[in-house]
Amino acid sequence: MKKSIGERIKRTEDPRLLTGQALFVDDVNIPNMLHAAFLRSDYAHAYLRSVDVSEARARPGVVAVFTAEDMGDDWQPGPPLVSPPPTVEDITFYSRRQVPLAKDKVRHVGEPIAVVIAESRYIAEDAVEDILVDLDPLEVVSDIETALDPNAPLVHDDLDSNLAAHMIQSKGDYQAAKATAEVVISRKIEIDRGAAAAMENRGIVADWDSKSQHLTVWDTTQAPIPIRNGLAARLGLSESQVRVIAPFIGGAFGPKMMMFYPEEMRIPWISIQLGRAIKWIEDRRENFYATTQERRQVHEAEMLLTREGKILGVSHTFLHDSGAYDPYGLTIPLNTESHAMGAYAVPNYFSDLTVVFTNKILTTPIRGAGRPQGIFVVERLLDLAAKELEMDPVEIRKLNFIPPDAFPYEQQIIDQAFSPLIFDSGDYQPVMEKAAGMIGYDQFVKEEQPRLRAEDKHVGIGIVPFVETTGVGPYEGARITIEASGKINVATGVGTQGQGHFTAFAQVVAEQLGVDVKDVNLVTGDTAQFHWGTGTFASRGAVVAANAIHASALIVREKVLKLASKLLEAPEEELELEDGYVRVADIPHLSISLGDLAAEANPLRGAVEPGTEPGLEATAYFGPKYGAIAFGVHAMIIEVDPETMMVEIKRYVVVEDCGTVINPLILEGQIHGGVAMGIGNAYYEQLIYDENAQLLNASLADYLIPTANEVPRIEIGHFETRSPLNPLGTKGVGEAGTIPVPALFAQAIENAFPDHDLEILEMPLSPNRLFELLQEKESEK
Amino acid sequence: MKPPPFEYYNPTTVDEALSLLAEHGYDAKPLAGGQSLIPIMNFRLAQPAVLVDLNNISELSYIQPDEGGGLRLGAMTRHHQVEHDPLIAERAPLIFEAMPMIATSQIRSRGTFGGSIAHADPSAELVAVSVALGGRFRLRSQSGEREAAASEFFLGMFATLLEPQELLVEATFPAMPARTGWALMEVARRPHDFALVGVAAVLSLDDQDRCQDTRIVFLSVGDGPVTAHHAAEVLRGQAPTPELMRAAAETAAADDIDPSSDIHASAAYRRHLVKVLTRQALELAFERAKL
Ligand SMILES: Cc1cc2nc3c(=O)[nH]c(=O)nc-3n(C[C@H](O)[C@H](O)[C@H](O)COP(=O)(O)OP(=O)(O)OC[C@H]3O[C@@H](n4cnc5c(N)ncnc54)[C@H](O)[C@@H]3O)c2cc1C
Repeated sequence: MKKSIGERIKRTEDPRLLTGQALFVDDVNIPNMLHAAFLRSDYAHAYLRSVDVSEARARPGVVAVFTAEDMGDDWQPGPPLVSPPPTVEDITFYSRRQVPLAKDKVRHVGEPIAVVIAESRYIAEDAVEDILVDLDPLEVVSDIETALDPNAPLVHDDLDSNLAAHMIQSKGDYQAAKATAEVVISRKIEIDRGAAAAMENRGIVADWDSKSQHLTVWDTTQAPIPIRNGLAARLGLSESQVRVIAPFIGGAFGPKMMMFYPEEMRIPWISIQLGRAIKWIEDRRENFYATTQERRQVHEAEMLLTREGKILGVSHTFLHDSGAYDPYGLTIPLNTESHAMGAYAVPNYFSDLTVVFTNKILTTPIRGAGRPQGIFVVERLLDLAAKELEMDPVEIRKLNFIPPDAFPYEQQIIDQAFSPLIFDSGDYQPVMEKAAGMIGYDQFVKEEQPRLRAEDKHVGIGIVPFVETTGVGPYEGARITIEASGKINVATGVGTQGQGHFTAFAQVVAEQLGVDVKDVNLVTGDTAQFHWGTGTFASRGAVVAANAIHASALIVREKVLKLASKLLEAPEEELELEDGYVRVADIPHLSISLGDLAAEANPLRGAVEPGTEPGLEATAYFGPKYGAIAFGVHAMIIEVDPETMMVEIKRYVVVEDCGTVINPLILEGQIHGGVAMGIGNAYYEQLIYDENAQLLNASLADYLIPTANEVPRIEIGHFETRSPLNPLGTKGVGEAGTIPVPALFAQAIENAFPDHDLEILEMPLSPNRLFELLQEKESEK
Repeated sequence: MKPPPFEYYNPTTVDEALSLLAEHGYDAKPLAGGQSLIPIMNFRLAQPAVLVDLNNISELSYIQPDEGGGLRLGAMTRHHQVEHDPLIAERAPLIFEAMPMIATSQIRSRGTFGGSIAHADPSAELVAVSVALGGRFRLRSQSGEREAAASEFFLGMFATLLEPQELLVEATFPAMPARTGWALMEVARRPHDFALVGVAAVLSLDDQDRCQDTRIVFLSVGDGPVTAHHAAEVLRGQAPTPELMRAAAETAAADDIDPSSDIHASAAYRRHLVKVLTRQALELAFERAKL
């Protein structure tokens, strides 16, 4: 059998995407469609006294204007998006969910107050300016560090404080370990907010057909099936009356998950009210004010070690910024905890997590989703320890890696799904060595760097390993059908936002059915085609969906063999599937095409025998027991201009172990994109809020995304440790590229200023901030 | 991010455009490359009731030699034309050097010389460069034409001598004297971003290699282009030794600017960059002047 898995196949979806032939939500145009624009709060925190929409309603071209009042009993907060934490001891959790349109109070800038429906978006935006809104500004909870002050204003008036959640996790006996530790490193470490900034903003088109009593929704969601189910429930419709289509999406990165954004709930509701199709396309400014963000945390972190550099314990007491609501529960900070021990065998761990409400847009997972913060904490502490112990940063890491014979390795804490965190498999040391070898670590440190330093060049090297929890459940499914044309149709529930699913999933099918990937037609994200599953997030596509497709391909393969064996009068063991044919292995002219076989399986005469099914089709599901843990190492060499603080990345190396590689080309693309995002998180992308929780850089002129100029050539090496948790042996890689980059930048920049004793304990950095940090060190000298 | 309604006119001659501007006065705005005006309208920060499109006025688009080795540029000359024109490279190498620093090639293919000048962004390269080169602008309205030196044209943040009914029609630049060097240095977060700080320097030497005339103009450190008079004074009549250029740079940072802090750079960092970039620009200009 020809191998398809592991082939560097060019993405079959790209010609469509690159020539503008792919359908995106904004391409959907329906006769008589109306357009929506939202009035949003200019204040971060205010009582909403009144909204007067009479002038807006009177503007020519305006069809309707809705406020919270106009929604009657249909006004309800959104559903929780993940299961709330179990009510066990040690966990406090207050659930407060986003509302469809603000009523009584606004809790962040950009919160929608009213929506105008008009004949064009232009008219709708003009009418938004006609609305008179009386907002009575309140004091603002602008930061997590002051949110719990006794006299802080309350984001939610019905709570006693801005505490959203509190939880403690521990492993071993941290205090006892501290009593014996020879080295204790303690620092305050901060990470600030960033945006996902997908190329395509959010958008939705809803079309209620009153004659067929059917609602069709095109939505830039990563999770069409949960959105369909949720919409049906909220709108009082049967699930079969609602079809959600997530067509091509121009990047998602987390904020397009099963969010039930106010707009996502409102537009379909309005379509039903008016009996007209409605389109709302988020603009870039709205994307900064109304799409979820992530990352802000403040840690008081500590690491215990022996004189030899063995880690004895890690602890962190940290604040996590939830924003105004917390529908996503504890997913992000629990991910942080799952990564705060990094890839190391840490016998004692203590974490004290406090989540607070602030008057900012809510935070939900963005590519990395709490993991970069955890890795930043543990890797920074380890770097500081290495300096104190005068150890090589690579050596101290090798000394502490979880050894290959310790897998499956129980971390003895719970993960984001409240299940025990178990590292399934891995072999970390060779990956580290491969990365060090690729970047020429020893040679650089011993020869090149001293030579360049003598020339007054500020060059630095960094090398940072990381783990990534990937491929979580519950499950995904797929239905595979061989059509009489010989084409293979695959339907799965996950949406696609640029990951190369059309090609990678086709390879999984081709591997079993012996067809060309071009003959595999994939349908993703259309609930009319497949309606079981959750969606594309948490680096789970190649693990959960691909294994479901694999399972279903195996069943179809069995059906093919069984029928072919009957028709060709040859035992199944002697048959092989190749080039779209089933052949008797040694008698090539004895063969039948898959298309003909499919026709035979769907006869026009005769009855389907009891216990059999027509067609060559199967539906199967896959749900992993727990997540697969990927591993990788990033290394880079930078040069900093000590006069201007401009940083140039000279070399960038990634070695990734994500188990079985389905398509190395696509994998490398994922890593490139992830690294670009990580570079943004490290040196460019910071959402800057003032003391009134007003965002000061709500445009792409001021919120700086790395472009092709800032992203270096990335050299990639592979290493494969199969996951024992799924038949394909895959682990996820969707977020991997992003996770270690801030920690790597910090290490490399410190390394570029050996005389300054620089400590980088915050991210993102900027030239301006680096200048300040160096000035502080200069004045200490 | 849609603009409110506006009326749109598409004249093909300057006279037609001027009569539309005379008719609509303060309500009207000329539309050049639209790279600044259209985003501002989409943000609803500007809400002109009338747009007078200059894009079909071919008489406004040219690069021509002027007598005595100078240059004349029509207001509607696109950035990318200026960027690739050999006459610019030869007669105004400082402008030539500035062009790739302006935005991206996509934006340069639409944006215009006149638009950049009329918009008067304190971070615009061409604004500072025009002052450093002693450029002059021709302004025309239905009631006549006048000329203004670049050093007097810019009044502050997005403010110029232009009256609402007036068009900027041309920029002229005198020939650079012999033994004159130039340099443009800037620091931007990403190459296409507006600079955090930039400096344009033009330095003329006498036959003894002493500074006869020095013009140092900063971008992004004030409400408009900022000329470093004190620093120029330090150099006047002196041989520009490395120490002297360093001293001039320090004077510029200390006495010639009063930068403000914003989300990208603190005043202290800007001052520091002014010191670094001024020194580098003077050194390069001096090297070039000696050739
Ligand atoms: C992302 C981005 C990055 C940029 N980066 C830079 C940069 O690094 N450096 C830089 O210098 N610029 C930068 N720009 C601005 C760019 O150079 C613009 O093209 C320029 O500032 C305006 O030129 P325009 O022809 O587009 O003018 P328009 O946007 O059409 O007009 C600007 C203003 O000038 C007025 N106007 C235009 N022409 C005339 C005239 N002939 N007479 C009277 N008034 C007139 C208009 O009414 C309007 O008020 C950037 C722009 C963008 C979008």
